[in-house]
Amino acid sequence: MDAGFMRGIFTVVMLVLFIAVWFWAWSSKRKDVFDEAARMPLETDQPGEKDVQSGQ
Amino acid sequence: MEKSQTYNDVVVRQFAIMTVVWGIVGMLVGVIIAAQLLWPALNFDIPWLTYSRLRPLHTNAVIFAFGGSALIGASYYVVQRTCHVRLFLDRLAAFTFWGWQLVIVLAAVTLPLGYTQGKEYAELIWPIDILIAVVWIAYAVVYFGTLFTRRVSHIYVANWFFAAFILTIAILHIVNSLAIPVTLGLSYPIYAGVVDAMVQWWYGHNAVGFFLTAGFLGMMYYFVPKQAGRPVYSYRLSVVHFWSLIAIYMWAGPHHLHYTTLPDWAQSLGMVFSLILLAPSWGGMINGMMTLSGAWHKLRTDPILKFLIVSLSFYGMSTFEGPMMSIKTVNALSHYTDWTIGHVHSGALGWVAMVSIGTMYALIPKVFGRESMYSIKWIDLHFWISTIGVVLYIAAMWIAGVMQGLMWRAVNADGTLTYTFMESLKATYPYYAVRLLGGILFLSGMVIMAFNVYMTVRSGEKNAVQPVVEPA
Repeated sequence: MDAGFMRGIFTVVMLVLFIAVWFWAWSSKRKDVFDEAARMPLETDQPGEKDVQSGQ
Repeated sequence: MEKSQTYNDVVVRQFAIMTVVWGIVGMLVGVIIAAQLLWPALNFDIPWLTYSRLRPLHTNAVIFAFGGSALIGASYYVVQRTCHVRLFLDRLAAFTFWGWQLVIVLAAVTLPLGYTQGKEYAELIWPIDILIAVVWIAYAVVYFGTLFTRRVSHIYVANWFFAAFILTIAILHIVNSLAIPVTLGLSYPIYAGVVDAMVQWWYGHNAVGFFLTAGFLGMMYYFVPKQAGRPVYSYRLSVVHFWSLIAIYMWAGPHHLHYTTLPDWAQSLGMVFSLILLAPSWGGMINGMMTLSGAWHKLRTDPILKFLIVSLSFYGMSTFEGPMMSIKTVNALSHYTDWTIGHVHSGALGWVAMVSIGTMYALIPKVFGRESMYSIKWIDLHFWISTIGVVLYIAAMWIAGVMQGLMWRAVNADGTLTYTFMESLKATYPYYAVRLLGGILFLSGMVIMAFNVYMTVRSGEKNAVQPVVEPA
């Protein structure tokens, strides 16, 4: 196994990881957690001030 | 109220104020050297004021003093709010502030005196390099310490970007600065020849990718949703954005060494990775912009949002331009011309400075116990002046750069050069004037900001204390 072969393997591993991240991010299981996470900056103010800018 | 139940905004206030101060200093030096290109006599034959010494002072001041203060201050603000916990170790946080300011002052003294390592964006001599490493590791301890003591389970995406920025800059700085000291002001890098060049541009381009991009994306992912009052457009896109951006940036450095003695395969690798970078860059830009969907009307009335959204537009522009310039045949035209300078400033002024300015306008009133800045009108004025300034600057440099590239490569039928270098310089002259005007406009905007900040702080609470918000 030479260096070139190892690099080839590494490239394939990175590609698989990339596709895995897509699947992980788009899986419906995670939707609720992510929807909640997306609102995190909006829930960092003092109570009372909190909903002024929720903008729905 | 117990200290642990409040946010540590002391250090945030300090960094925020110094962001404005160093912004003015760094951009003033930029204006001076832009004027020197037009009127070389402006160095007054004083060695400390020569272009060669002031240029690294300008880049260090705007990147590390202005950008660095904005990044560290904003990251401290964001990590406390999104982790619902006080900053880890108050004293160490204070040390990061004073240590970072000391680094900047030392840079401002040594660079005009001519002490340099001669590596672009890594000019500072080895004793200062060691101080930077110490301060940076202290910063990492404070930041990651805060992350580890968080009171919510999820780590918000802005913190992922800040964390990647802190970790990567530590590695880049230490590896690129490895040198054998000879005297206090002189050292030799442990790398030689083309390896030294490759390490330098692995450092250099990742400084762009992680200091000037990932860190500011952290700001963007907190302050754009906050200011728009809307959740992040697509959180899942932000996850893919993060991992692909950090994985791909690492390999783009060789595009700074096209047509050099760097092996061809490495040049092509750098080009290919630079081209792929377009995808995550635009993914991030679209995610930021679309966060405004349903709230576009706010752009009409909120100049802070204007700063943030226009900064994303410039980010999109320069991350399209960058991959294009990394293509070897395009690079053959653009490299060593003012096109590169234009590209850098569309990123540095349009993206980095504008997102920082927007962030500071949002953050400063909060940490000084006020509802908003002293004058919203002045923010609007600042926005328009700086936008016009950037556009003038980059348009002038594009035209100048393409013209230089075409003139330098033009050959007569007998193979001799059509133009002398001097002729290309003469043709560039008017564009240097336009660039100077753009720079002066951008600097004037910063002066307006300084005045606005001064009035805000004067009427605000200098020791405002905010209680830690309970996690929902």
